[in-house]
Amino acid sequence: MADVKTVEKKKYSRMDFTSDQSVRWCPGCGDYAILTQTQKVFPELGIDRENIVFISGIGCSSRFPYYMNTYGFHTIHGRATAIASGVKIANPDLSVWVVTGDGDGLSIGGNHTIHLLRRNININVMLFNNRIYGLTKGQYSPTSEVGKITKSTPFGSLDRPFNPLTLAMGAQATFVARSVDRDTKHMQAMIERSHKHKGTSFLEIYQNCLIFNDGAFASMTNKESKADNVLRLEHGKPMLFGKENKKGIKLSDNVPEIIEIGDNYSIDDVLIHNEQDYVIASMLANFTYLDIFPDPVGVLYAIDVTPYDDLVVQQIDEAIGHHGTGSIKELLNSGNTWIVE
Amino acid sequence: MKKTLKNVENVIIRFAGDSGDGMQLTGGRFTETTAIVGNDISTLPDYPAEIRAPAGSLAGVSAFQINFSSKDIHTPGDKVDVLVAMNPAALKVHMNELEHGGMLICNTASFTKKNLTYAGYDSNPLEDGSLEDFFNVFAIDMSKIVLEACSDMDLPPKTVERTKNLFALGLLFWIFDRPTETTKSWLRKKFAKRPELIEANVRALDAGYNYGETTEIFMTRYMVDKADLPPGTYRNIVGNYAVSLGLVAAAEKSNLPLFYGGYPITPASDILHILSSLKYHNVKTFQAEDEIAGMTSIIGAAFTGNLAVTASSGPGIALKGEALGLAVMAELPMVIVNVQRGGPSTGLPTKTEQSDLFQALYGRNGEAPIPVIASATPGDCFYTAYEACRIALKYMTPVFVLTDGYLANGSEPWLIPNVDDLEPIEVKFADTSTLVDGQFMPYLRNKETLARPWAIPGVSGLEHRIGGLEKEDGTGNVSYDPENHHQMTLNRQQKINNIVNEIPPTDVFGKASGDMLILSWGGTKGSCRSATEDLQKESKLVSHIHLRWLNPLPKDLGEILIRYKHVLIPEINMGQLSKIIRAEYLVDAQGLNLVKGKPIGKGRIIEKVNEMLGC
Repeated sequence: MADVKTVEKKKYSRMDFTSDQSVRWCPGCGDYAILTQTQKVFPELGIDRENIVFISGIGCSSRFPYYMNTYGFHTIHGRATAIASGVKIANPDLSVWVVTGDGDGLSIGGNHTIHLLRRNININVMLFNNRIYGLTKGQYSPTSEVGKITKSTPFGSLDRPFNPLTLAMGAQATFVARSVDRDTKHMQAMIERSHKHKGTSFLEIYQNCLIFNDGAFASMTNKESKADNVLRLEHGKPMLFGKENKKGIKLSDNVPEIIEIGDNYSIDDVLIHNEQDYVIASMLANFTYLDIFPDPVGVLYAIDVTPYDDLVVQQIDEAIGHHGTGSIKELLNSGNTWIVE
Repeated sequence: MKKTLKNVENVIIRFAGDSGDGMQLTGGRFTETTAIVGNDISTLPDYPAEIRAPAGSLAGVSAFQINFSSKDIHTPGDKVDVLVAMNPAALKVHMNELEHGGMLICNTASFTKKNLTYAGYDSNPLEDGSLEDFFNVFAIDMSKIVLEACSDMDLPPKTVERTKNLFALGLLFWIFDRPTETTKSWLRKKFAKRPELIEANVRALDAGYNYGETTEIFMTRYMVDKADLPPGTYRNIVGNYAVSLGLVAAAEKSNLPLFYGGYPITPASDILHILSSLKYHNVKTFQAEDEIAGMTSIIGAAFTGNLAVTASSGPGIALKGEALGLAVMAELPMVIVNVQRGGPSTGLPTKTEQSDLFQALYGRNGEAPIPVIASATPGDCFYTAYEACRIALKYMTPVFVLTDGYLANGSEPWLIPNVDDLEPIEVKFADTSTLVDGQFMPYLRNKETLARPWAIPGVSGLEHRIGGLEKEDGTGNVSYDPENHHQMTLNRQQKINNIVNEIPPTDVFGKASGDMLILSWGGTKGSCRSATEDLQKESKLVSHIHLRWLNPLPKDLGEILIRYKHVLIPEINMGQLSKIIRAEYLVDAQGLNLVKGKPIGKGRIIEKVNEMLGC
């Protein structure tokens, strides 16, 4: 969303983005952190508040628009991405944000999500992934791990989970990123990058559900285990992780492996992250359910492709340039007509 | 021998053949010329759902019927006077609807053993004498004649043989005394890049015309005089095109960009096709990934301030149901066109039906009233689409337009409306002048209409949140208060009820009281009007009224209904309007319910009236 006019920007503070509605998530929910970071970073984005629209579907995350003092629409289950598409095409000058979850965006609304990504409409998607259905009180979701014991799967879930990032890559997304609810600074940076990307930006945010799936991402947020389990990606930088960044990702015959920096390997052996490399991004996205690898966070993939909404405007302009602006009078009287006297 | 010219008032022709025989094209060309000649016309295309069913099969028969007249006509007609059957299957399927004594024109080249067997004939009906007792049979080897006509051209015989429909067309042009020039210039345009095809088709057309002129088989030509139509500029129009024009007109008159979101579905897809070609009218078309996205994208566009429209047919409308509820709750203006087809499920995709009235009225969870307007004729689709947009914008509500497969593909000569005469559409977006104590109230209603303000993103000071959860009256904040929910339910209903003030007094065709009132809605108007005219000619006390709005119903309907001894409601469904009328007015309305995928003929209506009147 970089195309909103930047002349004479109004100055905003976090409070300007806080609505008068009391927030009603469970105490300790990861959604609070995401809301706070969003409200903190929005004044920095340089968008006039009245040009911002938040669209959500159904689920815990979908209450989000009520708490943002912008235009907002809390819609129906799974359809936020499709409604947002209508909003953005109807007025490409708006900064349009979709807040969705793993159930809303990947299960009931999966179809709209993949089609939004392939079309590359200039919309920012924030997908809160807690790997559980919270609002309906604890059924497994399409991102829950196999064998998950929940109310609807007392003997363990049987279905294999979606990996949101590989799904996004497969749907030809032009911007794919991930952050974690506890990592406040990183999340702000990712929100800002999402905004700056022209085209659909897909930001998955790992979000802890204290009530129904507590600790789902503990290994990535606990002090002791975090370093070994999180791979922080930065464009042009080597893929290092672990305590004191002593581990790295190396490609051997196109197969990724983990190396220890030291006697056998130096930092020069470590793969450099390139956001524009589809193969590397796909490989990284795939780490998520491979236990041996750390989970990547940051921008996995970002490429420049003209957004759909720009093309819509362009096509209309061309049509008008070719025909002149249509008049209904002319249209009605076109074709074979005859006069009855 | 001198050929005679006979004057007739009215002729019904049906072109029937295999899907690949070009019957829709032939019918379309005959229609165009006939309209220009100045007859009143009404057409009915009837084609199979399969793109190409096996050649020669009964399932693959495609037909096009045209009724043309020197008088004002309302329907494509019941039984046909002329049947052109390009193969045995077409003969088999349509023979029963040819008047006894009618003209039957067949292409003998297609009456091969294989095709005859395929159509279920043991012997060739053109040779075994089974037809002559009933019909005036003209068996012509059209394929051979067109091959001869193009024998000096370097074209594959298969290509030439395909022009046989133009031969049939040319022959009918001769029989009914119409010019071939309109068709020729159309061919020149259509095949601009293939001059050899122009030549072959023109030769076939002329061959057909000359065949009538020179052979001694056809001794009579028929003249149908110009119809006495109101003066003005006319064009021929099909329903889906008329809907599209109505939407574009509404967008221009309201000064809003038109946003169309939809998913391809028979028989509504043409609306998507037509609007997609009109981008220079500032029309945005969005071919969504499914019906739900088609619907929800227009909710987004409506929220953003565009004139938002979708079109579909029954199965697609079913998928849109949940989102329609959101549109009702969010009170946003948009238009949903349902080009009804045979159901349930996939049903009869290419055939007509009126069975989605209940779906339009009630097909949502909760109390979710949506205004419903139905088109009566192909040309009327323009006015209903326009009116639906006007009401949607004035009352901030989704509005249903019901058309059907017959209206969508059927055509009639259409007096082109004067745009300046259309009722103005005024749109006023909310601004900061409406703030109450500095607060924007998204559900503070207009006292007269009960419409809420339309506040679109981009306006500073009006930032607000809405959604599918019940809202507090005025503020629009989420509310679970029981009294508030009851009040909001009443508000949403009353707002739709208020639209009754937009409906003009009901027009009664016939006496203000009597023995029988025929009540119609949608595409059955023409048959009901024709039946009423015939019955009135017999001095029967029969009147007809046609409903344009189905929700709300006109104010004066109740008092009109009780002035007649009987009320008959012909519908192509199992009695949906009948049930509403009975429930709403406690009137013993009777139905004539024929669900055959085609318009109800006036003959059946007359029969039913006579039966009810005991004559």
